[in-house]
Parts: sequence; structure tokens; C-alpha cells
Amino acid sequence: MTVNPLDVPDVTEPYQPLPGRSRTTGFLTEPLRLGTSPSATVGPYLAIGLTWPDGTWAAVEGAEGGIWVRGRIFDGNGDVVPDAMVETWQADPDGGFPSPEDPRGASSYPGFRGFARVATAQPPGEFAVHTLKPGRVPDGEGGLQAPHIAVSVFARGLLDRVVLRIYFADEAEANAEDVVLRGLPEDRRGTLIATPTDDGYRLDIHLQGERETVFFAV
Amino acid sequence: MGSVAKEPYRPAMTGSTSGGGLHLPRYLREPDATRTPVGFPDYRSTGLRAPLRTPVDLPHRLTEITGPVLGEDRVVPTDADLTLRNGGEAVGQRILVYGRVLDSDGRPVPNALVEVWQANAGGRYRHVVDVFPAPLDPHFDGLGRVLTDSLGRYEFMTIKPGAYPWGNHHNAWRPAHIHFSLFGRAFTQRLVTQMYFPDDQLFGQDPIFNSIPAAARHRAISRFSLERTVDNWALAFEWDIVLRGTDQTPFETEDDGDVA
Ligand SMILES: [Fe+3]
Repeated sequence: MTVNPLDVPDVTEPYQPLPGRSRTTGFLTEPLRLGTSPSATVGPYLAIGLTWPDGTWAAVEGAEGGIWVRGRIFDGNGDVVPDAMVETWQADPDGGFPSPEDPRGASSYPGFRGFARVATAQPPGEFAVHTLKPGRVPDGEGGLQAPHIAVSVFARGLLDRVVLRIYFADEAEANAEDVVLRGLPEDRRGTLIATPTDDGYRLDIHLQGERETVFFAV
Repeated sequence: MGSVAKEPYRPAMTGSTSGGGLHLPRYLREPDATRTPVGFPDYRSTGLRAPLRTPVDLPHRLTEITGPVLGEDRVVPTDADLTLRNGGEAVGQRILVYGRVLDSDGRPVPNALVEVWQANAGGRYRHVVDVFPAPLDPHFDGLGRVLTDSLGRYEFMTIKPGAYPWGNHHNAWRPAHIHFSLFGRAFTQRLVTQMYFPDDQLFGQDPIFNSIPAAARHRAISRFSLERTVDNWALAFEWDIVLRGTDQTPFETEDDGDVA
């Protein structure tokens, strides 16, 4: 049967793939172990595909308690990285995640998406995310984690994302109890701790060098 | 005030974490032997950018096993056809690109946002940084977005991208490729990757392709699909994308009825 794939655009529902080839259905008796698709760099042209007009707003503009989390990204020469992309993911102020994967149930916090995606193009090397300060989240071992934001950095010259967390300098007590921070050498914890500013917090990210940020294997 | 995390995270670990009343999946990690490294010396831009210290293992907790819901409000139907932009038809070989998004347990990932971007037929990106003197196509912007359906399937119509030169080494050319970005369900599943085409003569000299360990390179290459080639319209290429799974639950899956 010939189908014209351009017949699609007049639908009002989300795009539905065309009928595929026939498949048989069956049970497998042991877990299927598929190799994962290899990661690749976003390259220099990520702005074509990955720029969102609303990317910076993990919390909507004007949200009560809104803060700006900013920072710059530096390479091993100490030069800013003007063609990176930063993504952030975090809990809301009550410690809930707007995700059905949260075993406590997806939270819903007004004006809060929890996710932001921004390029570091303007000003060069700098990212800025508008969000709410996250609450504490159970650590799964009976305690609470300190407030934190999960961060992915993508760029030309990185074949996979690099992952870090942003903690907050004015949460000293919570930070001292945090199971992740406590697992790090004391002299490197500071690379993850953002300092308060007029309108939020700031943390610079160093991809390499003496002050190389602590990156995580997730 | 206890000690730090009691047990180190082991990539091959399966099952779930219990504690504090929470049962959390652990997402499997691709073994080093088949995982693309962050840095690769032949890809020169990694030299000053890829971190040099060994990353710290992070056990999967609530932040890592959750992820944003990015759905239908980000996609309109015309996003699935890159060949019709600005009121006209793009130049080049039309291709249908399709496949499934699965996790490594073989489970489909439904309603997942797939974002793609690519060069035009001449190998030129619509981007200020791209100065390759190949023509821009007014009817091609190189951006597509689709959602997977309830069985994890995606497809979009586009133009086969051209190879393009870059400054990595003398006479360096990127094999034709389409950039893909996927979220899956969890922060741990986030993936940015590139899809290649079969039998590309440029694979051998491309450090980005060759940064993938040899045993996993075939996973980045699509398959020419005669059965989905659209008569009198477009060639077809099939590419399944596999995100990390948790090896947690038994499952039922569709068996690929193999086609010659
Ligand atoms: Fe490219």
C-alpha cells in the first residue's frame, strides 16, 4: 500500500506514525538486554534543534519565590564556553517532582516545570535559569538530601553530557548532612555550592583545571 | 550524621533500592567497553573541554529517577515533516526516518519527545557559525520534533543530509548524520546522539564516529528499509534508539517479524 506521508499535517491530534510493517507478538522468556545507543556530541549547531523560547523558565516569570540561578562555564584554558547548553532538573519547594516517575506521585506546584534548558551564548559562556529554590528530598536511606539542582552540560567537544549538582551556600546545615556532599573530598565540595546573589545564586562550572567541578557518573 | 553512602554504586546492579519507604529503580549503565567516552583525543575539541578527573559515582535517588514531562504542547504535526518549510519544498533526496525508542529492557518508551536537527542536502546548517560555502535552502531549516506513540514508535520525513567539512584535521568531513535528542522518563535516561547512514565512506576518518567503541558503532547506523520506502516519493531508513533500562520487571514485547 502506498501512503503519502505528507497527508499528516491536517490532523489536530499529536502526530501519529503511519502503519508499520506487520509484527508478531510473543513472550520472551528472559530479559532482553539491548545495548544502549551511543552518546554523541551536540556539536556546534545545537541551537537549531535544542533552543526553546521558554527554556529558561523552570518557574514561570513572576512566580512567587522566583530566583535566578546563573553561572559561567569555563574550559581548561580558563576561557568561557560560549556554545554549551545547560539543562536543570529539580524538586519544587516542597521537595516533590513534577514527574510520574516519583514513587510518591507526581507533584504539581503552581507555575513550576522543574526543568530548564538554556544556551550559554549570551553573554558568552553564561547561563541563567529562572526557578524556585528546591526543597529537601528523601535520600532513600532515612535521611533528607540538601536542596539541590541536577545539571547536565552539553557542548561541542563533549561526547557525552557531564552531570553535576548545584547546592546552596546558605544551606550549611543541610549540606553538612547531605549524603552526596559528604561522600566528596572536603576540598572539592565547594565546586558544587552556589553563592547567594541579589536575585538568586551563582555557580561557575569548570570543565577542567585546578578548580575542575565535581562531575558525577549517573 | 552517619557515614557516607554505605555501598558504592555498581553499574551492573539490578533491582531496586529500598529505604525510607521508597522503592527506586536503578538504571543500568552501559559498560565502559561499549560506552562513548566524554573525551577522545582524535576529536580535538575535547582536549580543553572533557573533564580530566574520574567522575564520582552517584547512586540513583529521586532526582535521578524522575524527569520532566515534555509532551504534546511542544510538538505540532508539521514538525514531523522537515521537507516543507517556509511555504515550499526542500531540495534533496527525501527520506523517511523511523524506528522505535526502547529501553535496554526492551520496553517501548511511549509519548517521548524526540528532537532532531541536521544539515541540508548540501551539508550546510542554517546556523551563523556554519560558513561552509554550500547553498542554504530557503525551504529547509533542519529542525524536527516528534513524540513517540504508545508503542514507542517515531517517524519523520526529511532530506538526506549531506556530508560537511570541519576543522578537526586536514580534509576532515563528517559522515552524513542526523542529531537526535531524547529524554525518556528519567534524568538518567537523557541522551543526545547522532544517527548515521549505512556504508558511509567517511566513517574511517571521522573521530566522532570512531569515538564510539568499535563493538557499539553499529548501533549508531540506520538500516536502509525497502519495505517502508514510499513508492514514488521517498527512501526509508530505520533506526531504533535504546535508552537505559532498569532490568526490573518481566515484560512482554513485540518480536520483530524479520524482513529480508
Ligand atoms: Fe552535525
